Amino acid sequence: MHPAFSVIFLTTLIGAAQGLFLALFTAQSYAAFKLLPQPDAHAFYGQGSLLALLLLVAGLVASFFHLGHPERAWRTATKWRTSWLSREVIVLPAFMGVVFLYGLAHWLDWHPVLMTLPGGLPVDPSAILGVAGTLLAFALFVCTAMIYACLKFLAEWHSPLTVVNYILLGGASGFTLAAAFAAATAPELVGFLAGWAAIITVLGLLSRGASLVRNARLKPKSTLQTAIGIKHPKIAQKTQGFMGGSFNTREFFHGQPVAVLRGVKWFFLLAVFPLPLLLLLSGMQGGIGLLVAAFVVQYAGLLAERWYFFAQANHPQNLYYQSIA
Amino acid sequence: MTQLALVIDLNVCVGCQACVTSCKEWNTSGSAGPMVDQNPYGADPTGTFFNRVQTFEVGEFPNTETVHFPKSCLHCEDPPCVPVCPTGASYKRKEDGIVLVDYDKCIGCKYCSWACPYGARELDEQQQVMKKCTLCVDRIYDMTMDADDRKPSCVKACPTSARLFGDIHDPQSAVSIAIREGGGYALMPEWGTHPANHYLPRRKTRITIHEDELERADNPLKVDRQLPRPAMSEPTLDDVTTW
Repeated sequence: MHPAFSVIFLTTLIGAAQGLFLALFTAQSYAAFKLLPQPDAHAFYGQGSLLALLLLVAGLVASFFHLGHPERAWRTATKWRTSWLSREVIVLPAFMGVVFLYGLAHWLDWHPVLMTLPGGLPVDPSAILGVAGTLLAFALFVCTAMIYACLKFLAEWHSPLTVVNYILLGGASGFTLAAAFAAATAPELVGFLAGWAAIITVLGLLSRGASLVRNARLKPKSTLQTAIGIKHPKIAQKTQGFMGGSFNTREFFHGQPVAVLRGVKWFFLLAVFPLPLLLLLSGMQGGIGLLVAAFVVQYAGLLAERWYFFAQANHPQNLYYQSIA
Repeated sequence: MTQLALVIDLNVCVGCQACVTSCKEWNTSGSAGPMVDQNPYGADPTGTFFNRVQTFEVGEFPNTETVHFPKSCLHCEDPPCVPVCPTGASYKRKEDGIVLVDYDKCIGCKYCSWACPYGARELDEQQQVMKKCTLCVDRIYDMTMDADDRKPSCVKACPTSARLFGDIHDPQSAVSIAIREGGGYALMPEWGTHPANHYLPRRKTRITIHEDELERADNPLKVDRQLPRPAMSEPTLDDVTTW
């Protein structure tokens, strides 16, 4: 497939935003149970939510560049019964709304006790919004990943590993960002967040590695024989019917030599996993520069990871476009 | 239930591209807007087409065969491009099974093209909506045309009658009979899309002749063994007398 930068930015930006929100609410939950010190709610939860919201808006803006008719985007909410893309379009603004309200509740110090849990733990609106946001964040990960994983023709994507990768890689970048953000606003949480960022990064390496191994062993289901229905081991295309390009040759081929693909793969394998891990572990004591570098390196790596994700997918329609003349 | 479809006879197609040009001509002139070309006279011309004819070489020299392969939307009975559409712009008509795109609802997200294993859909660069073969839906129901003309324009254009058009759910239709009796097959059956369009395979006409059919077993010159058995090259009684 031809990697589209609009979609690469959409999926990586909202992934980081979802991970960041999950990190914020994880920290709040731990703090509620007195497992972590209480940070400055204004700065950490309030501004942190604003940062997540900005990433989500940036992702949404990027997604519009993928559309031929962005002014009709509102129509995409109609087919949620069958289309994962439609579901994503519904869940994304819902998640943005909850992140906004969650940040607002912390920003305005709006903490009326709505009810008390059996252990005597007070529940305020931010806790309820946090739970709702957590559910929506995971729903959004599933929707985004299922857009790709549900396409059975694209064997490289058609796997539960796609969903696991989107959750873990988005989570890793979000927790890394949260650690860097905490270094500036809530230093007491840096160790906790950086630790979790490192753990999720390692899990992400396992699942992404598993999908790379899986994809390397794939055997295409369709062949030239089934594509044109002629049973002969030797079939060669002589012409695809035109000499200039067409949508079929532009949209489904990445057009890069194998060396570029391999280079991008090794770059993201380094930039998404070991380098941020090193930076996270060395920045655990609160080195803001190291933690910011960890996020920047990991995010750059994720851009390459997403590019590779698209480029590696081999569409069966390509069988019909092997030779110009 | 009706399922309109094309049946394309690869045994007859000569790869003349007449269906390609007549399809473009008819559909670029319709009310749905033109199928625009970019750089039509430049070095790298490109544009929207609903139908293409490709050519494949089967076998190894000298035992090769050239197969011309017309390719357009197959109007699948279980079209994978329809459920993924987020706006409902892609739909399959209940009444005749044609898969269509509502150009006023399409947002140009290209997702349906990813979901089609055949590469049957193309984004129109100017209108920025997804386009594909409509089976000339604006032709086949046009009562102002002669009944003979109410067929897709590719079918009308084919000089060798390689393209048949009809309802594959009607067992007595010409297309159903052609599929049934001519060994019609669907493309990429492994995906379970159940394409409505079918292809008829290349066929060779062969007669099997056995040895005893070359020599008349009842030749009276030989049956009673009274005369020496004539050589194979000798004339038989059939050749020398009218009886």
